[in-house]
Amino acid sequence: MIEIEAGGVASTVQDDGRTGHYHIGVPPSGAMDSYAHALANHLVGNEESAATIEMTYQGITATFTEDAVIAVTGANMSPTIEGEPIGTWESVAVEAGDELDMGFATSGARAYLAVAGGLDVPEVMDSRSTYTLVGIGGHEGRGLEAGDELPVGATPTERPAVGATVPDEYVPEYADEETVRVVLGMNDHRLTAESRAELCSAEWTVTPEADRVGYRLDGPDVEFEERDQPFGAGTDPSNVVDLGYPVGSIQVPQKPIVLMQDAVTGGGYATVGTVISADRERLAQRQTHDSVYFEEVDVDTALDARETRAERLDAARAAVE
Amino acid sequence: MASERITPVDLPDPRYEYGGDDHVFVDLAEEMSFTANFKAMAITQRVAERDIDGVVENCPGNASYMLRIDPDVVHPDDVIAELKDIEASIDVAEYAWESRVIDVPVLFEDPWTHETLMDFRDRHQDPDATDLEYSAELNGYDDVESFIDAFVGAPHMVTMVGFVPGLPWCFQMVPRERQLEVPKYVEPRTATPSRAVGFGGAFSVVYPVAGAGGYQLYGRTPVEVLDVDQELPAFEDSMVLPNPGDIINYRRIDRDEYDAIRDEVEAGTYEYDMADVTFSPEEFFEAPNEYNAQLLEAVA
Repeated sequence: MIEIEAGGVASTVQDDGRTGHYHIGVPPSGAMDSYAHALANHLVGNEESAATIEMTYQGITATFTEDAVIAVTGANMSPTIEGEPIGTWESVAVEAGDELDMGFATSGARAYLAVAGGLDVPEVMDSRSTYTLVGIGGHEGRGLEAGDELPVGATPTERPAVGATVPDEYVPEYADEETVRVVLGMNDHRLTAESRAELCSAEWTVTPEADRVGYRLDGPDVEFEERDQPFGAGTDPSNVVDLGYPVGSIQVPQKPIVLMQDAVTGGGYATVGTVISADRERLAQRQTHDSVYFEEVDVDTALDARETRAERLDAARAAVE
Repeated sequence: MASERITPVDLPDPRYEYGGDDHVFVDLAEEMSFTANFKAMAITQRVAERDIDGVVENCPGNASYMLRIDPDVVHPDDVIAELKDIEASIDVAEYAWESRVIDVPVLFEDPWTHETLMDFRDRHQDPDATDLEYSAELNGYDDVESFIDAFVGAPHMVTMVGFVPGLPWCFQMVPRERQLEVPKYVEPRTATPSRAVGFGGAFSVVYPVAGAGGYQLYGRTPVEVLDVDQELPAFEDSMVLPNPGDIINYRRIDRDEYDAIRDEVEAGTYEYDMADVTFSPEEFFEAPNEYNAQLLEAVA
């Protein structure tokens, strides 16, 4: 059991998400940075699908009621056990009664805490991921608060030795990752030529309205070509007949919003492109006021990037010792 | 009215678009029509039947559809090729699907949505009218009563579900000339009561949960479209009630009936008035009024 003493800013239980329900409005949820989530699990011997705690901007304070093996990855939140700093991207043994205390993120936005055995909260639609908007999954469908008690599953029999680490070359430098690649498309033809070009050249900054649903960015105004609006679309040039929104898609009410793991699944704003699957986790580590640049790529480049990212994760796992 | 029919519209060639490396988005038309929606329904149903490797989400939209794919299993171009093959092979007129007619009682001009809409007059096109007064005038109705009569006068088909879990976009099952159309709020509201019944563009919606929203607010239903705890009998199989292709019959009720139904819903005992039907686009197009009446007998 893990007893939460302080929940941090926005900490939720997440796994690799739920599928098969997007058509009735249920987004995947799941870890925003699945690379950090997967390696946290690997360090403690869990399957990649095991549930971890995702912490945003500020970590939790929590006490372990039993001996456990843990790993903290993702954003650096300076974790300590009983006041002593512990390594991140590292398998760490804790004893019953030990207190884990985490601070504010100094680099990146989201950290992951994996515990050998995984967090054994009930599954909802085959996933332990928290989706707070309607209050399902995770711990009572909400962010963690003081007093919450999280059960831990059975410890895996095979796992890396305590002290095993992810080598530095596989640890992302979040501060440097300001460019995310996008495949333009869907309704990008409705943008003015200037706005379409500017989308992939302007400096965007992450606004405080950036969460698991979407990242609202600030930057130059984005303009659509004026037209006679089609029947059913609504009156604003940015409106379309309500349609499905891909996870990672960029919509532009005026400024861009990139939809993330708790995406609204559809609506009436024109979508103009999609952040590629390999780069959504990089965007998820951008902090408020950080810069973001969009780089246009074609779909085959996006597929190559996905493969490269998978190979890097495999190599990181293989290098853990 | 008896001679009314719905003329299928000519759709442009579909636009096959990538949503990054892991989604395919297909635009069937820029404007809303039953022709476009039924095509989206027919294609996504055929996608489900073919059980295409690597397709992980299959989402019909109002006049479009979207698939999420696993690019580790299948290349988006191979999915698009299969979708083009399906598109060439279907004839919507020959299609039919299993649907449900669902009775959705509505208290129009209820106190809760009224309070909300009055709170946000500064974000509305017409700060001096209610949303119903504004919509009635814009659509050429003499008064709110006759506008509500039109709204409940024919059923609405669920042409898409989403935004949040369980929110149905519904398109009224009448010829284009009689379809209602209203803009969304100039600036979205930051609050909407749960179970609010609204209208925006050409779509009626039921808000499953309280939250932001931009649709004109007309009333509130005592029944749920989302039950995350699945306590009500109608939610035994899914926490979401409406599915694409379902038919919603909005029925005007008074405050007493609202309260009585709400008590049953809160007690977890409410039995939805709904029935399985087979929906035929062709029969609907030929004689919508007669066909609607026949469909509604199932919940009469």
